[in-house]
This record gives sequence, C-alpha cells and structure tokens, in this order.
Amino acid sequence: MSRANRIAAFHDALSKRILVLDGAFGTMIQRHKPALTEADFRGSRFGNHAKDLKGNNDLLNLTRPDVIEGIHRAYADAGADIMETNTFSATRIAQADYALEDTAREIACEGARLARNVAGESKWVAGALGPTNRTASISPDVNDPGFRNVNFDQLKAAYREQAEGLIEGGADILLVETIFDTLNAKAAVFAIEEFLEKLGEEIPVMISGTITDQSGRTLSGQTPEAFWNSLRHVKPISIGFNCALGAAQMRQHIAEVSRVADTYISAYPNAGLPNAFGEYDETPDQTAGYLGAWAKDGLVNIVGGCCGTTPDHIRAIALAVKGLRPRTLPVITRKTRLSGLEPFAMAS
Amino acid sequence: MSDVSLPPASAVFINIGERTNVTGSAKFRKLILAGDYVAALDVARQQVENGAQIIDVNMDEAMLDAEAAMVKFLNLIASEPDISRVPVMIDSSKWTVIEAGLKCVQGKSIVNSISLKEGEAPFLDQARKIRRYGAATVVMAFDEKGQADTVERKIEICTRSYKLLTEKIGFPPEDIIFDPNIFAVATGIEEHNGYAIAFIEAARRIKATLPHCHISGGVSNISFSFRGNEPVREAMHSVFLYHAIKAGMDMGIVNAGQLAVYEDIDAELRERCEDVILNRRDDATDRLLEIAERFKGAGAKTSAPDLTWREAPVTERLRHALVAGIDEFVTDDTEAARAEIAARGGKPLEVIEGPLMDGMNVVGDLFGAGKMFLPQVVKSARVMKKAVAYLIPYIEEDKTKNPGGAKANNGKILMATVKGDVHDIGKNIVGVVLQCNNYEVIDLGVMVPCAKILETARKEQVDIIGLSGLITPSLDEMAYVAREMKREGITLPLLIGGATTSKVHTAVKIAPGTDSPVIYVTDASRAVGVASNLLSTTARDKFVADTAADYIKTREAHERSQGQRKRLPLAAARANKFKTDWATAKPERPQVLGVTVFEDYDLAELASRIDWTPFFQTWELAGRYPAILSDKTVGQTARQLYNDAQAMLQRLIGEKWITAKGVIGLWPANAINDDDIEIYTDESRTKTLATIHTMRQQAIKEDGRANFALADFVAPKESRVADYIGAFAVTAGHGVEDKAKEFEKAHDDYAAIMLKALADRLAEAFAERMHERVRKQFWGYAQGENLDNAALIDEQYRGIRPAPGYPACPDHSEKATIWKLLDVKKNAGIELTDSFAMWPGAAVSGLYFAHPKAAYFGVGKIERDQVEDLARRKGVRVEEMERWVG
Repeated sequence: MSRANRIAAFHDALSKRILVLDGAFGTMIQRHKPALTEADFRGSRFGNHAKDLKGNNDLLNLTRPDVIEGIHRAYADAGADIMETNTFSATRIAQADYALEDTAREIACEGARLARNVAGESKWVAGALGPTNRTASISPDVNDPGFRNVNFDQLKAAYREQAEGLIEGGADILLVETIFDTLNAKAAVFAIEEFLEKLGEEIPVMISGTITDQSGRTLSGQTPEAFWNSLRHVKPISIGFNCALGAAQMRQHIAEVSRVADTYISAYPNAGLPNAFGEYDETPDQTAGYLGAWAKDGLVNIVGGCCGTTPDHIRAIALAVKGLRPRTLPVITRKTRLSGLEPFAMAS
Repeated sequence: MSDVSLPPASAVFINIGERTNVTGSAKFRKLILAGDYVAALDVARQQVENGAQIIDVNMDEAMLDAEAAMVKFLNLIASEPDISRVPVMIDSSKWTVIEAGLKCVQGKSIVNSISLKEGEAPFLDQARKIRRYGAATVVMAFDEKGQADTVERKIEICTRSYKLLTEKIGFPPEDIIFDPNIFAVATGIEEHNGYAIAFIEAARRIKATLPHCHISGGVSNISFSFRGNEPVREAMHSVFLYHAIKAGMDMGIVNAGQLAVYEDIDAELRERCEDVILNRRDDATDRLLEIAERFKGAGAKTSAPDLTWREAPVTERLRHALVAGIDEFVTDDTEAARAEIAARGGKPLEVIEGPLMDGMNVVGDLFGAGKMFLPQVVKSARVMKKAVAYLIPYIEEDKTKNPGGAKANNGKILMATVKGDVHDIGKNIVGVVLQCNNYEVIDLGVMVPCAKILETARKEQVDIIGLSGLITPSLDEMAYVAREMKREGITLPLLIGGATTSKVHTAVKIAPGTDSPVIYVTDASRAVGVASNLLSTTARDKFVADTAADYIKTREAHERSQGQRKRLPLAAARANKFKTDWATAKPERPQVLGVTVFEDYDLAELASRIDWTPFFQTWELAGRYPAILSDKTVGQTARQLYNDAQAMLQRLIGEKWITAKGVIGLWPANAINDDDIEIYTDESRTKTLATIHTMRQQAIKEDGRANFALADFVAPKESRVADYIGAFAVTAGHGVEDKAKEFEKAHDDYAAIMLKALADRLAEAFAERMHERVRKQFWGYAQGENLDNAALIDEQYRGIRPAPGYPACPDHSEKATIWKLLDVKKNAGIELTDSFAMWPGAAVSGLYFAHPKAAYFGVGKIERDQVEDLARRKGVRVEEMERWVG
C-alpha cells in the first residue's frame, strides 16, 4: 500500500472512530532491562565520540534499533493505532548538545523506518518533531530580554532536515509536538509546508502544544485559543496538547481548544503529575478513566499518553475509548482571528 | 470598542493607535533614534493599557536600520506579557522589514501592507509567504498604474486583488483588509474634492461585493491641508469616520487624541466639515476655510467654555457652579465665600446655609420642574460635597470655639438596602438627591439587618427611615422591618423604594403591619417632595392621612381583583401543558458538555454589546437608545451622560478596574413529573446531578393557549428523547466596590453611581454574550445565527435564558441548584445571600433552554396547591416556599 493510500485510510478512520496514539518512549527506555549503558548508546559506530552519549535517546535508533523496535511492538500489541517515531530530538539544534548535528537527519530517517517496520500497513507512523532545546520567543538571558539564541531561519532549516528524514524513512504523518514556544512551531510548519510543496504530496500535519502549568498557558505565554489562531493556517489534521500536565489538569485546555478548532483534537497527557521523586504514579485505569470520560463528552479524536505512560496505560486507554463516538467537527464562524498571547477576533 | 468615543455604529470599529509608529509619532521616533527602547516599550505598554486592541509597529525612518529596529522591538515586546497579549500590526513599506518582523512573532499578526504595485508575481509571492507565516494582511488599492483615487479604480484594484488572493492561492478572505486610500480633501485643487466620498463609496461597495473582507485606512491624511489647526482636523476626522464606518470601514489608524465626539462638534463646524467630506457643494472648501480660523486653538470637541460667569460675585459663582455641575473652581470659590463671611464676623456654616443652599435650591427647583435631569443633579451634588468637605475643618474649629450651633439641615434620614439584598444604585441616587436638598443622610449600605436599622434610627434620632431592595424576597424583609418597628414602638415614617417594590405591595403587605406612615416612593425625583411633606409641621398630617386613605383604596381594589380572577387547580394546569411532538423532535446535542469557566472575560468585547436603554432608565432618563441621544427634552443630558459613560468605560477597560468572571454548563436532561427537570451526569442518564423545579401558570387560558412551565421545553423522560439543559452565572462586579468607595471618598457620587450602573450593564451584556456563544458554539444549535446588536437586544433568536426570581421562574431558591451545578462560588466568585441575592450585585444567572418554541412567559399568581406541591417536591416547609416565590 502506498503512503497516499495509508493517508486516505487515516482520514477515513478519523471520521469513524477515536484513534489511539502510543505512549512514552523515555519512560520505556529508562525501564529497559538490562539498563542501557553508555556503551549501548555509543554502539560501535560512535565508540570514539568525544562526548558522552548516554541520554541521547534518539541515537538508539542507530545504535540499539532492537530496543526501539521492541518498544514500538509493545505499544502496537497494546492497541495503539499511531506509532510515534523516536525522533523528539532528531534536529541539528538539539543534537548539537552531543556534537552530532550532522547525524540528525539520519537519526530521524532511521526512527521513521523502525516505526514503519512495526506499523506495517495496518497502523500509521507519525514522525515526531520536538520543540528543540531553544526558544525563538524567549531570551535565555534575563538581563537582555531582546536577545535570542536561535532564530526563525535556523529553526526552519533544522526542521526541514528533520521532516525530510522522517518522510524518507516512511512516516505517514508529521507530528509537531510538545510545543513550548509557538514561534518554534511556526518555523516547523513553515519548513514542512515548503518541503511538502516541493515533494508534491499531501502529508497530514498534527500539532500538539504543551500547557506548562496551571496558568493555562504555553511557556511562551499563549492561551489555547491564541495558540490555535497562530497555527490554524497550516490546516493541521489535528491540534491538541501533550506533556507537562496529567489528564486531570489538561482537560479544561483540551475543552477550550476543542471548542474553537474546526479540526480533529488530540490529547496525550502525562500519567498524572510527577511525585517528589519525579516519577509518575497514575495507574493505567486512572489515566484511561479520564480519557474515556473526555471521549464520552465528545472532546477528542486522538488519545494517547506522554511521560510516565506505558503499554499498559495505552491498552487501558484503547479499551476505554473503544466504540465511542469521535468528536464531531464544530462549524466555526468565519472571522478574522488574530492573536498575541491572547486571541482577538474582529467582528465578521 | 475602539479606544475613543465614536458614533454608535462604531461598536465594531477597531482603532489602531500609531504611537509605536515612527512615521506617526514624533516622540516614538525620537526614542527609537536615541536607542531608548525601554521608554519606547513604555509607549507600547500605555497604548495597550489604554485599550488598544492591536498595536501598529512601524520603523520606516531614513536614519534607521528599519529591519534591525523592527526585530529588536518585536523581540522586546515578546518579553512583556502585558504588551504582547494583543496582536501586532507589522507596518512597513519594505517587504524585507515585514518579513523580518513576521519571523519574530508567535501570534497571528497583520501585515501592513502589500499591493499590486510591482505586479502580480511579487504580490502573490508575498501573500503566499504571509499565509505561511500565519498572518492576515492589509492590501493597498495600488496597482502597476498607480494608487487608486476614484471609486472605480479603488473597486477595480481591490476586486482584482481579492480574486487573485482567494482564487489563485487560497488566501482566506477574512484575512484580507483593504486600504482603499484616504487622500487629503479641501486642498484647493478641484479634483481632490471627491477623495473622501470616493473612499466612503468604495468601502460600501467593496464590503457589499467581496465577502468577509475588512476596510481600513489612515484617517489623518484626510485633513492634511488643515495641519496646524488641530480643532478643525479633529472635527474632519470625526465627521469622516462617522460616515466611513457606516459604509463599512471597520479598522483605521488614527490617533485617539485627534478625534472629536461627533455629537459634540460645533454645529456650524460640523455642517461645513460634512459639506467638505461628502463633497456636497462647490464652495465647501471656501466655507470651511472661512470659519476655520475661529476654531483654531479653541478645541473642536466642545465650543470654547464660556468663562464669563467667573466675573460675577462669589455667591453667584457658587450658584452657577452648582447648577452647571462644574467642580473645577469650587474650592477657591468656597474659600472666597468663607473669607468674605468671616470678614464680616459670620460663621463658616453660613457658607452652606447661604450661597450653597441657595444654589442647591435652584437645582432642586429645576429638577422638580423637569428642567434638570438626574445625571445633572448628581453632578451638582458632587460640587456641593466638595464645597462642604472643604468647609468641615472650619466648621469643626468653630464648634469648639462656640459650642451649641444651629440646626443645619432639613432633617435626618436613615437609608439601607435590607438584609439579603445587595442592590444599591437606586438607594444611592436617592441619597444624593436628598443630600442636595439639605437632608442629612445616614447610609447604612447593603445587606443591613433589621436590628441595626432600628438601633441606628434610635441612636441617631433620625426623622425618617428609607428601605430599598431589588429582589422579591426583600419585600418580605421590608414587611418584617415594618412589623418590628411597631413591636418596638417606633413610629417614624417609613419610605419604601426599589425595583420590585410597588404601591400595591406597600399598601397590602407593609403598611398594615405598622403604625408608622408608610410611603412608597416611585423614584428619586419624588423623594424630596415626600421627605419635606413628612417633616413639615403644617403639611404632614394631611399628607399622611391622604396617603393612608389612598392605600386603603388600593387594598380594597386589590382584594376585589383577587376575588374575581379564577385559576385552575394544579392538576388541570398540568393537563393543559405546552405540548411538543417528541416523536419527531430532535434536540441538538451540545458541542461541549459539562462546565466551562471564564476567569477573566474580555471587557471590551462586552462593552460593545451593552444595551444602553436600561442604563438611561437607571438615571431616570426616559427613552430608547440611540433615539434618546437626539431627544428634544433630554437629548443633551443623555449625550453628556453617554459621553461620560463612554469615557469611564474606556478607563474601566484600559485600567482594568473590574474583572468579569463567568461559568456556564450544559448537561443531558429530561423532564419528570410534569414540572421538574432532572439533570444527569452523563449521556447514560442514569445518575442525577440535580433536579430543577419549575413553576406552572395556573391562570385560566383562552384561545387554546397552554399553561406553561419551563419543564415543558425539555423532553420528558418517558419520551426517551435525549434532551439537554444549560445554566450560567456571570458577573462584572469584581472590583466595583473598591473603586466605587474610592470615588465616594473623593466626594464623587456621580462617578460611583456611574461605575455601578456600567457594571450592571456589563453583567447583562456578559449574560447576553454568553447566551449567544452558547447558541452558536457551546451548545451550537444556531451556528448560522447572524444578528447585529440591535437584533440581539430584541431577542430575535432561538432559545431562552430565564433567571430565577424573574417571571418565568419566580422561585429565587432555584439559584442554589445552579450554584451547586456550576460551583459558582469557586468558578465565578459570586456568592448567594440568605435571600438568594447575588454578591457582587452586578451579576446574572439563569438556565438555558434550546427548544425551538421556548419563550419567556410569566408564571403569574399561583394557587396554594402549587405552593404545597412545590414545597413537597423540594423538601422544604410550605412557609419557607412562600417566601421564595414572592
């Protein structure tokens, strides 16, 4: 089956049911038995690399593909419909920490290929594009608020490379996720649009922001509706939130964006808020209980898990939303909808 | 709302300030050129604080690296949440500057501007990029041949641009804002005369033929030939906008300070500006020039204040200040009067008893004769209070020197809003009017328990007690106070006032319980007459006897009418319920079920939706808005009041005096047992969240009309039809009390009352806005609804939002259920008093029904069988039930 056919099937499935996205990768890598060591991360290829590589989870796509495939398989068996690639940091910018800038594209491409291997033809591969470790709207120097350590063009170039790698490796969808700073995401979607125009294919883009705390705003300060106004021009197949919050805290933000966005809604919260040791305690039944309720209330189209969730969580979530009606798309009045940190609509 | 006061049609007009525009603001240009970005940020912050909805940033200056300056300023703004909360307009004539700016903003901005000047290819290329950066754009009416100056050319270029954008590259039409070019008129060159009307006409036709687009323009160009004569320029801007906005202009770059209020422009100047703008006569320019010099330096907003009254003697000056409500000179004049009196050995108190009271008597007479109106009287009171405040230290000093002074006032009146009630605008107005007439008013505030009223009355030896209340349970409380007065042997006159009070209620329920004279006071204008009659040694007895006789008649008439009216037993009323064919009905499922909280609702959005007619009623000005502004009798007062209200509204929003909080909820629901509505936790409809108890009309109906209850609008459980209900509670009252106290402390009752009246209006607008959003969005059964504000005020939509305590739902205690459903206390910070009044008072709550035939009705008088039935259903005592249903 060609990518075009898989994408057509994706649209069809979204119109009929709630789809399940997989869960955390970092959690699974940490829990791997036996524990992965510096040597695992290096493999033979990077044996002499000058910097420590342990913690560069995306690099395992090249050095321990068996581990990554194993995690994909566990999520596939648990009932996930969409496999997210292990490529959160597979950009030139994020890999700079490990002095692996030039390997970023290859990591992305391999990440997509591993997921594709497991997904086969019955599941979909979402190529994950993370936020990078820099922000285009926020100064890293409190004494110089006008300063930036990354700009739009640098981000755009890095995302372009990552998107190319992901599509080459076999991704069906591009997922811009864990968005702390909407300007980074705008650079990502700009790069994706330019790339897809050149490619001549219609690839669905999923967008998932992160509401960082109880203030109900992204790290860069936007409200959910302002966030949507900033990104709706790419006509994403879905918009939603992931990470930082557990389902209990995330609900109102999902509800808000669900109200204003005339596209599908995705939600993949953490397994609750971390405890004093940074661990996630929410049980599969608890997480699934929340997400099941959201599905019943017609808030969501795609659900899954982020930090702290495991195949058991995904299994419980898949069961909880099984057979429930997906949220229907609202009809939104045509208006000029602008945003700063807050939304602003002109009278129609 | 724009941040200036504009004609009524301006509710949708967005004024973009140009204070962060180096070409529009000399101050900003200097700061940027000097590299003082900290001060430049302050300019932006002030603009947002003053209510700018979008800020225009322009760095096009020959001495500047515009690209670098744009990037730097936008990056700095991004670090200032109180600035970057609003969208930015990235304004430059250079594409490279625009693109550099687009790369710095996370929000969705507006580009200003692109055009066909260099041909289709670069135009489309830029537009495609704008789209990809996620921005809207201004498109100038400019093509390869040049800038459009005639109606035809403007329309031709805009239409061509629109088609290219929407058809070739799929640019969303709502993200296109046309600038059809505003050029200077009255330049002396004949062909320029039609420029303003060409813009207006083009705007009208572009709006009509190119769906969803907007029209903008740089307004100050229009008056360029009058530079140096600001008053005339302001008048021209205002006249131009008045007509352009009506034609469809919905955005503009104009300095808010450079705008006169249309109604306030000198009539002659306005007419001549209008001749020029509308190109109505060949000699229009000459005629405007003829009078222009006269207005130069005068200020067009109002004709120059006539200060000749300042030359009169001090007593006359004080009188004039009181009658005209001018507080500017009152302290100086009061001091002059005091010094004059002191020089001839008089006491400071004589200033009050002499010139000030003389002035207030004139005010009282004019008010009584209908020649002055309430807002003016309240302003007069402000002048009076300031004068008295100035004199108090002297009077105190005099008292210690010469103990045993004369009685200074006409009488002492205690005023209170009764326990359980929080509404005090009317009471405050009456208090002010009484003070204007030299009564001493002891105002105990709101929610005052009976014991405190009686205790204060005794301790302060007051002459009259005045009780106020707005909600129906307050009527009972007033009757209770009256009975307690009798029990304690207090026979002071009792005044009754407030929205739900009436002569009938006073006569039937309050007067019989006490030995005091009880007088119902219709409105503030009657209060003085009543008080002076009651305290007059000669008129009192006759007045009390006449009133008592009148109330006896009222009681008798009431009893007769009670006997005549026949009502149905509850079971029969239920049998004649409003029926729906539920087999074919398909209630819409809400888009969002459950509770949605609005923690800090945009006040500007609410301000544009205010229904002004009740606002004027509050100030006892009769007439419908906007016709009232041009009313022959009260028009001038209404305009002044309206302008003051608009000015306060701007500040209230800009400085965020108050916070609007609201909460709504939508749930699965079905009617049970005819009159009740069960609300369920979820679609399984197995677990009941709460039950709403509604009341049914029991009057005998003719013409086959039904006996309505609200429950009739929800599908009964046995129909097995999935139906829904909603509830809401909104307030615009958080912050009002503190701010009002500030005003009261500064002796400015006018501002205090104004603020409360505006908060009430904003709360109503909030309720109306939420209902609209529920219809179109949250419930979503009327997504295609498209009504303007007048049509909304007219309720030309499907669905109702009845409030407990109002005719369709007289039972106030149902609010408790709403509070539980929505956790209103936590989610909107509104509390319920013992009498189910909402606190803060500027609040509205109710239920949502979406039934296509749902309509407001009055339950009317009910029989005892329903009271008993209701008490049983709600599990309360019958006596208690009686209290809540009024």
